[in-house]
Amino acid sequence: MRVSLTVNGRHRTADDVWEGESLLYVLRERLGLPGSKNACEQGECGSCTVYLDGLPVCACLVAAGQAESREVRTVEGLAGDGRLDPVQEAFTECGAVQCGFCTPGLVVQAHDLLNRTPRPTDAQIREALAGNLCRCTGYEKILDAVRLAATRKAATP
Amino acid sequence: MTMDFLRPATWAEALEAKAERPGAVPVQGGTDVMVELNFDVRRPDALLDLNRVAALGEWSAEEDGRLRVGAGVTYARLIAELGDRLPGLAQAARTVGSPQIRNRGTVGGNLGAASPAGDGHPPLLAAGAEIEVESAARGVRMIPAEEFYLGVKRSALEPDELIRAFWTRPAGGPQYFSKVGTRNAMVIAVCSFALALHPAERRAGTGIGSAAPTPRRAVAAEEFLAAELDWDTGRLDPGLPRRFGELAAGAASPIDDVRGTAAYRRHAVAVLARRTLTWAWHDLWAAGPHEGPHDGPRGRVRRPGGPVAPGDPGDPEKPRREAG
Ligand SMILES: Cc1cc2nc3c(=O)[nH]c(=O)nc-3n(C[C@H](O)[C@H](O)[C@H](O)COP(=O)(O)OP(=O)(O)OC[C@H]3O[C@@H](n4cnc5c(N)ncnc54)[C@H](O)[C@@H]3O)c2cc1C
Repeated sequence: MRVSLTVNGRHRTADDVWEGESLLYVLRERLGLPGSKNACEQGECGSCTVYLDGLPVCACLVAAGQAESREVRTVEGLAGDGRLDPVQEAFTECGAVQCGFCTPGLVVQAHDLLNRTPRPTDAQIREALAGNLCRCTGYEKILDAVRLAATRKAATP
Repeated sequence: MTMDFLRPATWAEALEAKAERPGAVPVQGGTDVMVELNFDVRRPDALLDLNRVAALGEWSAEEDGRLRVGAGVTYARLIAELGDRLPGLAQAARTVGSPQIRNRGTVGGNLGAASPAGDGHPPLLAAGAEIEVESAARGVRMIPAEEFYLGVKRSALEPDELIRAFWTRPAGGPQYFSKVGTRNAMVIAVCSFALALHPAERRAGTGIGSAAPTPRRAVAAEEFLAAELDWDTGRLDPGLPRRFGELAAGAASPIDDVRGTAAYRRHAVAVLARRTLTWAWHDLWAAGPHEGPHDGPRGRVRRPGGPVAPGDPGDPEKPRREAG
């Protein structure tokens, strides 16, 4: 089947989509957007987190056809005007990235947290990131990055 | 293998599609269905996408005083929009998966999956909810929650039926949901327990999760509370919550599995029952002398779906959240 949707502000169409396929597969394999990672395929790791109509979801658990005519924003769509998003900057500066596999999902999820809760408590950060697994960093640097991004965003109106 | 992707735009179209293709698998949030597809556990000949059926995502306060909550209302919305009126269910919703899962997953899908470990079930049982299901051929059926669950992942839903909504009264008293697991997120319950006090009727409702082939009420424990709770003075004999716990555990028929042993589950159900009763009863009477059950709830209704808060400083009896 054909699936048409908006991805990172652009209208995109994918053809020959299998009916049981996930949105994640469409993004990575049909639309050339490999930022969202494919790891567990069961919603446990959060590496495929993307915005679907403004809400972060696991792209591996959205049927491709359910994304028809809807709006998706992936990690590739966060940077703008040649500049990284403050969350992305903070992740690189704080050493919150090691192997990098979990990073896109964490960045999208942290981005959503700071949009809704500009000055999150540590408990709120932990709660927001509870569905994103990282096997390298031990999470401390990730928490640092989210705190730094929150401070920076608060400083720039 | 080919698969059809059916995309009804209205509830009527969805019912027609399900009548024509009873083998079609409905997909709402996809948090159960897509896992099965990704892992090749299931290859239905059609998927029935319900996301375009806007009515499923709506809830309303009905004339009989109950809330009718569409099967497609996500856990995230349930917490945000109905947490004050359905605190027990909202507490359960907060324990489901992760934020990403709660942004997609629904009580309707929990009912459709009918897993004995589904966290939505115990609060629905405790509140005495009814499930509204419908087919094109036979119209609407209202199924009391306790008659909905028939076996492990089997429900009273017929192949040509879809779940439209669940109906439940806004909380008339304190409600609690408590769950045992290895982590505070992303955990399938080892076991769980829901309690709802119904002060106007001087009784309590219960629901046990993940400790029997189906979610179920602890009927003898409920009868014990109806007979023994002192609704006039609020006095709680220390032996009463313990006995309630024992009766609740007696209603469970757990198995040994990878998440826990039957003996542990039975023990844990007793602990959860005892604690939830103590919390709820404390909440009901915290506001001071109770003027009688007919005045409605006196206790603070908990923060919408919030985690069980630490006890008030002046209240050593008030335990912290479950540690398992
Ligand atoms: C990482 C992860 C963590 C999870 N954690 C928990 C947890 O902590 N607690 C818990 O209870 N569950 C958990 N789940 C399971 C799942 O999220 C829940 O069961 C959820 O409620 C399913 O809702 P859904 O809308 O996504 O259902 P779907 O996957 O869309 O559907 C589930 C079932 O219901 C059927 N169905 C859906 N809507 C209807 C309808 N309107 N009429 C008839 N049938 C219908 C489907 O055909 C399917 O059989 C988890 C899942 C994942 C992937």
